[in-house]
Amino acid sequence: MSDKPAADSLNRRRFLAAAGIAGTGAALSAASAFAAEGGKPDPLITEVQDWNRYLGDGVQSRPYGTPSKFEKDVVRRDVPWLTASPESSVNFTPLHRLDGIITPSGLCFERHHGGIAEIDPADHRLMINGLVDRPLVFTMEDIRRMPRVNKIHFLECAANSGMEWRGAQLNGCQFTHGMIHNVMYTGVPLKVLLDEAGLKPNAKWLMLEGADAAGMNRSLPIEKALNDVLIAFAMNGEALRPEQGYPLRAVIPGWEGNLWVKWLRRIEAGDQPWQTREETSKYTDLLADGRSRRHTFVMDAKSVVTNPSPQAPLKHKGRNVLTGVAWSGRGTVKRVDVTLDGARNWQSARIDGPVLDKSLVRFYVDLDWNGQEMMIQSRAIDSTGYVQPTKEELRKVRGVNSIYHNNGIQTWLVRTGGETENVEIG
Amino acid sequence: MSRLAKILLAGVLGGSLAAMPVVDVSAQQVAAKSSARIGLGRPALPEEIKAWDTDVRPDGKGLPVGKGTVKEGDVLFQERCASCHGEFGQGVGRYPVIAGGLGTLKADRPDKTVGSFWPDASTVFDYIKRSMPFGNAQSLTDDETYALTAYILNLNDVIKDENFELNEKNFASVKMPNAAAFYGDDRETAEKHFWKKDPCMKDCRAAPKVIGRAVSVDVTPDSKAGPKVD
Repeated sequence: MSDKPAADSLNRRRFLAAAGIAGTGAALSAASAFAAEGGKPDPLITEVQDWNRYLGDGVQSRPYGTPSKFEKDVVRRDVPWLTASPESSVNFTPLHRLDGIITPSGLCFERHHGGIAEIDPADHRLMINGLVDRPLVFTMEDIRRMPRVNKIHFLECAANSGMEWRGAQLNGCQFTHGMIHNVMYTGVPLKVLLDEAGLKPNAKWLMLEGADAAGMNRSLPIEKALNDVLIAFAMNGEALRPEQGYPLRAVIPGWEGNLWVKWLRRIEAGDQPWQTREETSKYTDLLADGRSRRHTFVMDAKSVVTNPSPQAPLKHKGRNVLTGVAWSGRGTVKRVDVTLDGARNWQSARIDGPVLDKSLVRFYVDLDWNGQEMMIQSRAIDSTGYVQPTKEELRKVRGVNSIYHNNGIQTWLVRTGGETENVEIG
Repeated sequence: MSRLAKILLAGVLGGSLAAMPVVDVSAQQVAAKSSARIGLGRPALPEEIKAWDTDVRPDGKGLPVGKGTVKEGDVLFQERCASCHGEFGQGVGRYPVIAGGLGTLKADRPDKTVGSFWPDASTVFDYIKRSMPFGNAQSLTDDETYALTAYILNLNDVIKDENFELNEKNFASVKMPNAAAFYGDDRETAEKHFWKKDPCMKDCRAAPKVIGRAVSVDVTPDSKAGPKVD
């Protein structure tokens, strides 16, 4: 403030007037095409604005940059009734406010089982033991001296859309589909670390264990571990965020998020799976016949239209951008189809941006909307030929008590006024 | 003193920065033994492995020497666990129900408890030992963990005798009622029909009708319910 002249009363009045105009928000912006018809010039153009006259904040006023204050609603949100305590809970990525394929680190959904462990990297240790020639302990400095790679991958919680098995329940794609994020990881291939310890020939499974208050542990088949698993210390070019496992986490491309152990402190090699709580009592899929699938690691192809969606209704007739994201744990997304009439007719969407292995893709349909009611869906087709099923097709195989791996096609009903709802159609 | 200052000072005291070893000599020696290895990391000591390696498998591998009875577990459970799980494992609020539910897995609303659902008793021991009580993890002794496991299995009628003592020798003989109901991922065969050659693009179905609406359920948090970001 000190190096900026104070606004005089005239300027303040002008500012308030401008704010008042902006305050009428939705209606005006919806009618922006008609403003010229009134013939009245736009004061935002004809009058000098404060930001156009007075100096703004200098460098270093924001040593770690954060989004504009006008973006304050773009935050992770939770559903308090879902869980018993916030330490063992989940919140959701605001998909409807994002674009491109990279999720900003601060908006990546969180899932903790014992809260966020706050660990000084100098105090962090990674142990490899079990069926290895040389049980080893690594410091973070050791890990940062190893060959590293960069990979962009989605992480989807197996329970994403899990509240929707019995029908449309949560009215917003943040809540129905927001347990996913897609970032660039920097890390050491797990194979490099295992080679240091020397796997014994009978090592068939690994157990990954976290340093958090849940001591999260999961079993991982050795083939996957040696194939494409990373032990990552960075996301989107900077250190992992605390809530994403700082200083070290596992990256298990294409497989359910629960396996991506955060605050990773130990890897044990064994000759069979451990059948931990998270791979037996949770993250198994109870089917209608009372039996349960386990070790359902791969995340099947899935997609969702993020705009329009209940939190992002249509505000304009005429030209609009319909957009969404698609992904597959089995490879790349080959095609995304979109329907506007509830699956009677489909068109292939335009995919823009990188199409990478086990990563989100961004798709668009440049849409002319005349105000008619729409039933919008998207369906992803992946490089293995898997076609995202309808919810009804999924229920036929799995019933409604699976909780996990609901990759069924989502329907948004866009009403004539543009309001958009989560519905199921039959 | 900053790290850099320390290094610079060490360099001055040592006479020359160039004289400081860039790579740990012992690491070099280790690396020289195998060309595939870099030689980073140091041997994990037996005491360190013992401290962290508490995991237990269904075949009993990893079980510590110890013992505890159902009765001992009852006392401990009421002290340390009942505030969340309820006196008889029935759950308080939304905290997990850990007993009962037998025969409900095909029901409209299954109760997935230790007795009705969990396939392995070892999971109970492993999980309690590493993460319970919630908020005070790893505070239970091995004997206490045996006792609590015995009590929870008793609540679920897996162990019927209140005087039963669970220990590392008899543990693997405990069989869980739902163990046989788990099988490996078979999606690639059971859901083979999701791999379709040419998904329909035109006139694929009759006019759809809305059959369910999230707004009727009305459980979505208010859009203004997010955290304050000021």
